[in-house]
Amino acid sequence: MLQAVPSIFGVIVISFVLTRALPGDPAVYFAGAMADKESIEQVRQALGLDRSWVEQFFIYVGNLAQGDWGQSLKTGQPVTEELLKRLPASLELTFIGLGLAVLAAVPLGILAATNPGSWVDHICRLLVTAGVSLPTFFTGLFLIYIFYYLLGWSPSPLGRLNILYLSPSHVTGFYIIDSLIAGDLEIFLGALAQLILPTITLGLFALAPIARMTRGAMLGALSSDYVRTARANGLSKSMILLTYAFRNASLPVLTTLGMVFSFLLGANVLVEKVFSWPGIGSFAIEALIASDYAAVQGFVLSMALLFITVNLTIDVILAITDPRVGLEE
Amino acid sequence: MSENLVTVVSFSLFLFIVFLGLFGEFLAPYDPLATAASNTLRPPSWTHPFGTDNLGRDVLSRVIVATRLDLSIALSAVALSFVIGSALGSVAGFWGGWWDRIIGRFSDTIMAFPLFVLAMGIVAALGNTVENIVYATAIINLPFYIRVSRAETSVRREAGYVAAARLCGISEIRILATQVFPNTLPPMMVQISLNMGWAILNAAGLSFIGLGVRAPDAEWGIMVAEGATYIVSGEWWLALFPGAALMIAVFCFNLLGDGLRDLVDPQRRT
Repeated sequence: MLQAVPSIFGVIVISFVLTRALPGDPAVYFAGAMADKESIEQVRQALGLDRSWVEQFFIYVGNLAQGDWGQSLKTGQPVTEELLKRLPASLELTFIGLGLAVLAAVPLGILAATNPGSWVDHICRLLVTAGVSLPTFFTGLFLIYIFYYLLGWSPSPLGRLNILYLSPSHVTGFYIIDSLIAGDLEIFLGALAQLILPTITLGLFALAPIARMTRGAMLGALSSDYVRTARANGLSKSMILLTYAFRNASLPVLTTLGMVFSFLLGANVLVEKVFSWPGIGSFAIEALIASDYAAVQGFVLSMALLFITVNLTIDVILAITDPRVGLEE
Repeated sequence: MSENLVTVVSFSLFLFIVFLGLFGEFLAPYDPLATAASNTLRPPSWTHPFGTDNLGRDVLSRVIVATRLDLSIALSAVALSFVIGSALGSVAGFWGGWWDRIIGRFSDTIMAFPLFVLAMGIVAALGNTVENIVYATAIINLPFYIRVSRAETSVRREAGYVAAARLCGISEIRILATQVFPNTLPPMMVQISLNMGWAILNAAGLSFIGLGVRAPDAEWGIMVAEGATYIVSGEWWLALFPGAALMIAVFCFNLLGDGLRDLVDPQRRT
């Protein structure tokens, strides 16, 4: 837990600097283009811009802690509310994309490592090199072209659910879970159909680094002494592969997942734009274009906090999987 | 296929891309900005090999001319992060102690953000211009340069030739600049080459969401964004060609980086 504190502190300092680095008078920016003198003065008071930097920083932290992340200029709603409303849509996309990537990349990496030089290995290497060169937005567009325009298999790439359906009543915000809770299979299938292309796009993006790491880690584990000993003792192939080699190889793979998640949060913004997905990425793009600073800063800060949380979770899982990793460190 | 052949192919491709970047405007068959109302959304043909866009502009010419803008954004960003990152990294690696702690903390803090998201935040704060895309891309790449440079400097800090230079009475700063730093350059070159591809992708991603490059200018990311609207109605050539150009450029830099790494550091061959 403690190692996350300096990261959170650093993230808050940078996001504070970003809000104050606005060229000109920040109060004018935060008040918006339509603001008159009085409301600019009000914003100046609220942000504490008439005080010293240190005081301003403490006011900023205090506001953040109280959940006051400023108001979105475009909607007039508090930024936290806007972000929380859209967060499930983005998380649904990111987590399913990551899940797909792991499901495809880990077996691929293991197969490539157990048969070096085989066709699986070559496919793995090709995918790894091509995968890191693919612009996410480009992959997404061409999946749309092939599966929506040419083949007609996929529904139109506009949002989370066809406009003919009503969104399921809000429980978790994840449409595929909410629709199951409501027991509405039709909406579940509709939401699932909308999810397929964007999550495959994200999955293709995340596949390369995970497969590369799995292959490398498995190669290392398979050539180790303990695997040789296990072989010499006549243990079964699957036992050696899964219990001995993979359990050890999974540690660097788990560590890579943190980095992959960070890149996915960025790629998510692009995929949301391509598929008109109503998540926080689309919200941030609109805010950027409209110079809605509080909304953009809120987006950046919330993504950083999310990333820190994920890293922390991975550290905890690492400590559980590997007795050598101490929790107290 | 032999590894050398891959490196040779990627190096020739690299020269070709640089050539397009330098002389693109003379090679383009048409004016990249010239619109033709009677000739819009034509599929690829002999006169327009990549087709024409919604304003009748020749897609091939725009893809060629865009090379310079994309390359110069990525190159200036990478150059900036190389200069600042290697300065910070070698100071941290050479003197250690407080320098190391402060610089390490700074680079960890940048890495605590999802990098593309941080770039969006920086562009939002500094203003929506091409220049600021360069700064944002440079900042998010800094940690990678700091890390490599710090590691390479700290393993050479106590090397024999450094001790010899100290005995000769050369000042610490000069030892760092003339003895240690030049030796860290080969691994840094690998980092630059691998990073170029990523910088191009990043800059194109930012302009895809509407930051930096403005509408009539030809740039791969914004061209894909403009073509995106026409994908659902079947006009694929607007987005395919700039997207493919982007992909090939990134692919080329990644292959080149892998090849260079094998040359510089044969132990880490994949």
